[in-house]
Amino acid sequence: MKTKTLAALLSTAIAVPVAASAVELEVTHWWTSGGEAAAVAELAKAFDASGDKWVDGAIAGGGDTARPIMISRITGGDPMGATQFNHGQQAMELVEAGLMLDLTDVAEAEGWKDKVYPPALLDSCTVDGKIYCAPVNIHSPEWLWLSNKVYEDIGIPVPTNWNEFVASAPQVEAAGKIPLALGGQPWQSNLAFGALTVAVAGLDVWKKVNVEKDMDAAAGPEMAAVFKAAADARKLAAKSTVQDWNQATNLVITDQAAGQIMGDWAQGEFQVAGEVAGKDYTCLPGLGLNKYLSTGGDAFYFPKLDDPEKEAAQKRLAALLVSPPVQVAFNLKKGSLPIRGDVDLAAANDCMKKGLEILAGGNIVPSGDQVWSPDVQTQLGDLQAEFWKSDMTPEDAQAKYVEILKAGL
Amino acid sequence: MTGQGPRGAKPRRRLSGRNIMLYGTLLFVSLYYLLPLWVMVMTSLKGMPEIRMGNIFAPPVEVTFQPWVKAWAEACTGLNCDGLSRGFWNSVRILIPSVILSILVASVNGYALVNWRFKGSDVFFTVLIFGSFIPYQIMLYPIVILLREMGIYGTLWGLVLVHTIFGMPILTLLFRNYFSSLPEELFKAARVDGAGFWAIYFRIMLPMSLPIFVVAIILQVTGIWNDFLFGVVYTKPELYPMTVQLNNIVNSVQGVKEYNVNMAATLLTGLVPLIVYFVSGKLFVRGIAAGAVKG
Amino acid sequence: MAGTLRRIRPFRNIYAKIAAIPMVLTTMVVFVGGTLWTVTYSFTNSKLLPKLNFVGLDQYERLWSNSLWLTSIQNLMIFGVLSLVLTMGLGFLLAVLMDQKIRYEDTFRTVMLYPFALSFIVTGLVWQWILNPDLGIQHVVRGLGFPAFEFDPLSNPDTVLYGLLIAGLWQGTGFVMCIMLAGLRGIDEDIWKAARVDGIPTWKTYAVIIVPMMRPVFITTLVLVASGIIKLYDLVVAQTSGGPGNASQVPAMYVYRYMFTAQNLGQGFAASTMMLLSVLIVLIPWAYLEFGGKKRG
Repeated sequence: MKTKTLAALLSTAIAVPVAASAVELEVTHWWTSGGEAAAVAELAKAFDASGDKWVDGAIAGGGDTARPIMISRITGGDPMGATQFNHGQQAMELVEAGLMLDLTDVAEAEGWKDKVYPPALLDSCTVDGKIYCAPVNIHSPEWLWLSNKVYEDIGIPVPTNWNEFVASAPQVEAAGKIPLALGGQPWQSNLAFGALTVAVAGLDVWKKVNVEKDMDAAAGPEMAAVFKAAADARKLAAKSTVQDWNQATNLVITDQAAGQIMGDWAQGEFQVAGEVAGKDYTCLPGLGLNKYLSTGGDAFYFPKLDDPEKEAAQKRLAALLVSPPVQVAFNLKKGSLPIRGDVDLAAANDCMKKGLEILAGGNIVPSGDQVWSPDVQTQLGDLQAEFWKSDMTPEDAQAKYVEILKAGL
Repeated sequence: MTGQGPRGAKPRRRLSGRNIMLYGTLLFVSLYYLLPLWVMVMTSLKGMPEIRMGNIFAPPVEVTFQPWVKAWAEACTGLNCDGLSRGFWNSVRILIPSVILSILVASVNGYALVNWRFKGSDVFFTVLIFGSFIPYQIMLYPIVILLREMGIYGTLWGLVLVHTIFGMPILTLLFRNYFSSLPEELFKAARVDGAGFWAIYFRIMLPMSLPIFVVAIILQVTGIWNDFLFGVVYTKPELYPMTVQLNNIVNSVQGVKEYNVNMAATLLTGLVPLIVYFVSGKLFVRGIAAGAVKG
Repeated sequence: MAGTLRRIRPFRNIYAKIAAIPMVLTTMVVFVGGTLWTVTYSFTNSKLLPKLNFVGLDQYERLWSNSLWLTSIQNLMIFGVLSLVLTMGLGFLLAVLMDQKIRYEDTFRTVMLYPFALSFIVTGLVWQWILNPDLGIQHVVRGLGFPAFEFDPLSNPDTVLYGLLIAGLWQGTGFVMCIMLAGLRGIDEDIWKAARVDGIPTWKTYAVIIVPMMRPVFITTLVLVASGIIKLYDLVVAQTSGGPGNASQVPAMYVYRYMFTAQNLGQGFAASTMMLLSVLIVLIPWAYLEFGGKKRG
């Protein structure tokens, strides 16, 4: 009697409603803020319109929370239909272990090789000449977002680069505002540091350290200047007590803070809040100093499923994600840049146009995710987290920085 | 040992200095304990403008149940905007088989350990107790592999099994201690009458151990209901328990943090274990006395 | 009698063994097997997926030269010692107060015990909210006319552990109080009578007679609380996410972070093996006292 009801209960629990004809694909991602959710809705809408069914598997708490769950499910033998990762080395081993679907035929049929721009994006998806992921956007973290109203109230012009921003900070503080909003999660300090590196030390030094992996450059005076700039920024952010990145963005939106160093995804939040670029807020790519952007971003990977019908649907989704209309709709909502040069973003706002210009001019660097392993990235994040919230000297921080990079060579 | 009264010296006068100290301390301590609950309830009944303006300890000027409605049925994670309601039923579906199975297994363990000792049973018991102290993170990966090999990764059964395994040490300890406090003559008499393993378990042990079963149920209901780590790692979104959804809702900040909705969601998630505790406070204390204290 | 027992012996073994299969499987496969598996792979350079490329003690060398790991250990020690002393001390004091034939004992007990029913996730969130400087205690006290009042433990690396402690004590002391109270009630009435006849003051009776008599209760509580402290994870994640900076990182977070975020399983396994080792250091003496002693008796 007891076992009978138990069995009945369990069978209802496990049963999943079966759709009539459309193929259901569960898609996991960590896009849960307002702007992000609106962008995902575009992807889901397009996939559903093509006759299949997008089953949303959002996991809140950012990539650091979501990735372990995604990886456990793939290695645990219960893979989803598709999943978000950042471009680069995050999913490399899953591909090498043969757990991911080869998308080469889709890429060839759709001509990704000629269309995807910059080509480095596709290279990040390629292992042994085969393509395993569909890039969906380019995100560059090197942006300074400023509240125009804060500066209007004080009666000084809005800064046009990082140095002016630092110079204006005492006045901002005197007006009772936080100069720099910064969330407490470690990756945000790491991002701010990366942005400062490109802005203060310049592209050549960045490439020397991160691409050529020249450890003397990492220990050199240019990087020392970056650490000093970070120490300045640390002081400016001392009064910022929020945790999430979008809470920090919200401080700028509500004019409680003057600025924030954050990726271009912050734009989605300004948009949801009804703010207009150039009028309510100002964006400075490369922090206004060095107009270079790194081309990190998001890509979708498709775990192997033993079901030809689902595999066909996975390939349909992959093709759809890269297709021009979806690229336009998605990236406009997300505030990110499209991964192909041949789409028309007439509807793009000021900030996105600035980004597109830089991209078209070829002033791009690869992202940290593309050049360093997650292990190194995590350690750098831990170092920055400690540096930004303690009184560690720039010299000590630089020494540790070099140590971590050396171990990751 | 449990039915006896307090032991301290008898109070002499109602309003002695000693009594004022005693009750004063207890009231002060109670304030510390009650403060968070008060804050949660009050905040969940306020609108967002009032929260931004005011004092988190003050009762709401204008009572609204909107945050509760939103937390239960409308709050979003990504594209799913059905609040905690789905997670609630998932938690119930996870809870019932897990509680039944884990208690059944553990009570039989305890019974076998006390009355049917076999070679090496002490060793297994000791290892089992050690197991209860292993940090869960250590077992995370091996269990992914175990569940994958059994083919039940990501299913409800997989999670039930995990809860049964991790509930086993403390429950077995509880049952073992309880059964060993029962008079051995009962068992011996039944054996002489020719009753077997299961007959003694069902006819003699079960009817005599109602209090310890209640304690085990309380511990398991609260433990499994509050579990976050296993729920998030060993299931998939459509089976996510309520705690995982709570985390998703609280961490899915869309613009401003909606503290009132977060608090309502938190209270809704804590409701089941809270009710269990408020209803069964005394039994729980009895169980603690019977189980933990005897070691 | 001996004859009957011998006659049914194989029968008895079969049923007891069948009934014990789940326990045996759990201990051997999950606890022993899983632990050995983890320890084995801690000597490899496994990244995202477990692979058997042995690298000796490399992971351990790296672990002990990593400042984040050292910070986590230090944090756990500070939090652990304070939390252990305070939960045990306050738990016992409260139990003594509750044992004074007070009125409304049930109500007081329920009030102190209910936080134990709430998960650490909930505990962390609520206290994060109460300790938030812009909304919680600091904001309210300032509003009462003390604009210079500062109470913001969670944003300062030097005080964040005390912020965690406030929440941890709130959740756990009631439970300890209940165990202690049960222990107090288990002490023979005659001892109290004898003490009163001898004219020993109440406080002295507690200190000199009752506390030593409750040694087993203290040990059980100590082990329960200590094992909870080593596992400390959810509370920190919910309340501070290890911040500000790395000021409230704990070992369990390090394990999780390296296993999954950094995709360096070997490093995560090495850290978890160290955690296991510390558990054993706490447990072996206790197991010896609890079980070793009895077997001889």
